[in-house]
Amino acid sequence: MTDATATVPHASAHAPRPRRIPSGVTKWVGVAPFMIFAALFLILPTLNIVVGAFQSSEGGLTLDNIKGLARPEIAKPFMISIKLSLITATLGCLIGLVMAAAVTRGGLPKGIRDGMLTFSGVASNFAGVPLAFAFIATLGRLGLVTIIAKDVFGVSLTGFGFNLISFLGLTLTYLYFQIPLMILIVTPALDGLKNEWREAAQSLGASGWQYWRMVALPILWPSLLGTLALLFANSFGAVATAMALTGSSLSIVPIILFAQIRGDVLQDPYLGYAIAFGMIVITGIANVIYIVLRTRAERWLK
Amino acid sequence: MIGRAKFWSWLAFGAGVLYFFLPLIGMFEFSLRAKRGEYSFLAYANVLGDPQFQQTFLYSVIMAFFTIVWGVLLVTPTAFWVRLKMPKLRPVIEFITLLPLVIPPIVIVFGYIRMYNTSSWLPLTGTAVGTNILLMFGYSVLALPYMYRAIDTGLRTIDIATLTEAAQSLGAGWFTIMFRLILPNVLVAVLSGAFLTFAIVIGEYVFAALLNRPAFGPYMVWMGSNKAYEPAALAVIAFAITWACMALIQLITRFSKHERAKG
Repeated sequence: MTDATATVPHASAHAPRPRRIPSGVTKWVGVAPFMIFAALFLILPTLNIVVGAFQSSEGGLTLDNIKGLARPEIAKPFMISIKLSLITATLGCLIGLVMAAAVTRGGLPKGIRDGMLTFSGVASNFAGVPLAFAFIATLGRLGLVTIIAKDVFGVSLTGFGFNLISFLGLTLTYLYFQIPLMILIVTPALDGLKNEWREAAQSLGASGWQYWRMVALPILWPSLLGTLALLFANSFGAVATAMALTGSSLSIVPIILFAQIRGDVLQDPYLGYAIAFGMIVITGIANVIYIVLRTRAERWLK
Repeated sequence: MIGRAKFWSWLAFGAGVLYFFLPLIGMFEFSLRAKRGEYSFLAYANVLGDPQFQQTFLYSVIMAFFTIVWGVLLVTPTAFWVRLKMPKLRPVIEFITLLPLVIPPIVIVFGYIRMYNTSSWLPLTGTAVGTNILLMFGYSVLALPYMYRAIDTGLRTIDIATLTEAAQSLGAGWFTIMFRLILPNVLVAVLSGAFLTFAIVIGEYVFAALLNRPAFGPYMVWMGSNKAYEPAALAVIAFAITWACMALIQLITRFSKHERAKG
């Protein structure tokens, strides 16, 4: 482009540039298909639900649907879902961080690191229905671990009160895709930690734990928070895993909404919009918290 | 101190291996139990021989193919154009492409059902073809975060401004630039996005179930509530597919790093 302007004084009269860079409105033509697609199949459908949440069956404005969220049969699944997402996101972050740190910083062979990253790529995508089947085959009533525990160690898992179709079972299953996702995201961040920082901390007499607490973690903080929000949304919206694992016996929000859309349970369609709206609000809040904390963390880092 | 750190590292790693491999072993062992008293591949034979399996699997493969083509055609020109002409718009586009990670998929498909039902302005759900198209669009939305990131990263490694100007000075139009210059140059990135999309689409459940399409995901759920050992066999198959997709991504990325000095 600089070439073009440079040659213009010499040659403009004889050879005007055949093509001009579109400017102004024409520039927008290039992004129009994407914008139209995103509007029609991502943004408007979502807004449609939001609007529906505030509409009465006659089409007027109302808060009744939102109030309906306070009904115990709706409020309770919301609480369970939030708890489930918070716990699996937090545990996923912690365990993922520890595992990634063990492999990137803990002096394990490099081959392990590559293997773990590849496996994480697979496991984080191995969610949904097959994952539920894998856990049923392992920890279900006839699962491998259940049977080994009983036959070899004489321990009955169910006797301990363990049931895969429960909050604990769901948590264990969700961690199978939460931890690898964390590993995938945090490993590059861990790679960014310079060895000099650790050496500097050590030469000042810091212990390994002090190095992590006072140097590494503050640096990693923004990316950790970001991943936490992502993992939260990841498990909050997960339907297939829970559905295949528990049928619909465990009441978490996505399953309630699924049944609602199918028209199985509640007969009030507008309550469905309110439930969906509630889901957007919660994942939205998670992300706003993340953005706020992240800006703060970054400011503090400077 | 180093020795202790190493001990804890191995311990954390070992615990991780146990947690991540037990379910895989469990599902494989379970899938072999179909014959009483001995291990066999009967469950696999049952699954593979099931015409329902063949139909739904084929359906999902075709959907994945169209989703990839549509995704590439939509994202590549956009990412290219934004990098070349509208860099200020990049954060906006990036934000939009991240939305599918924030908005739960079930909410998006609920919106589709409400917006494109038979009594709406665009009654896509009225016909099978229309619903298929809607499902494909839905899948492209789900794949958008990955597709966009892959292609945008691919574009970063080439000097698109210079390439475009060179092409234009040789008289190439935008179509030629797109298909004979940009796409071949970001092919590796496109392929990574494509395989990831494939892995997502093959096992997807919510969109297909709520739009009532005969895809592989709903079939797996149906099997889960009706058969004992076949679901485990399906899980093994699904896991193998996911592995294959990821392995292919690694393979082509490594190949491209070999070609270029640094990725």
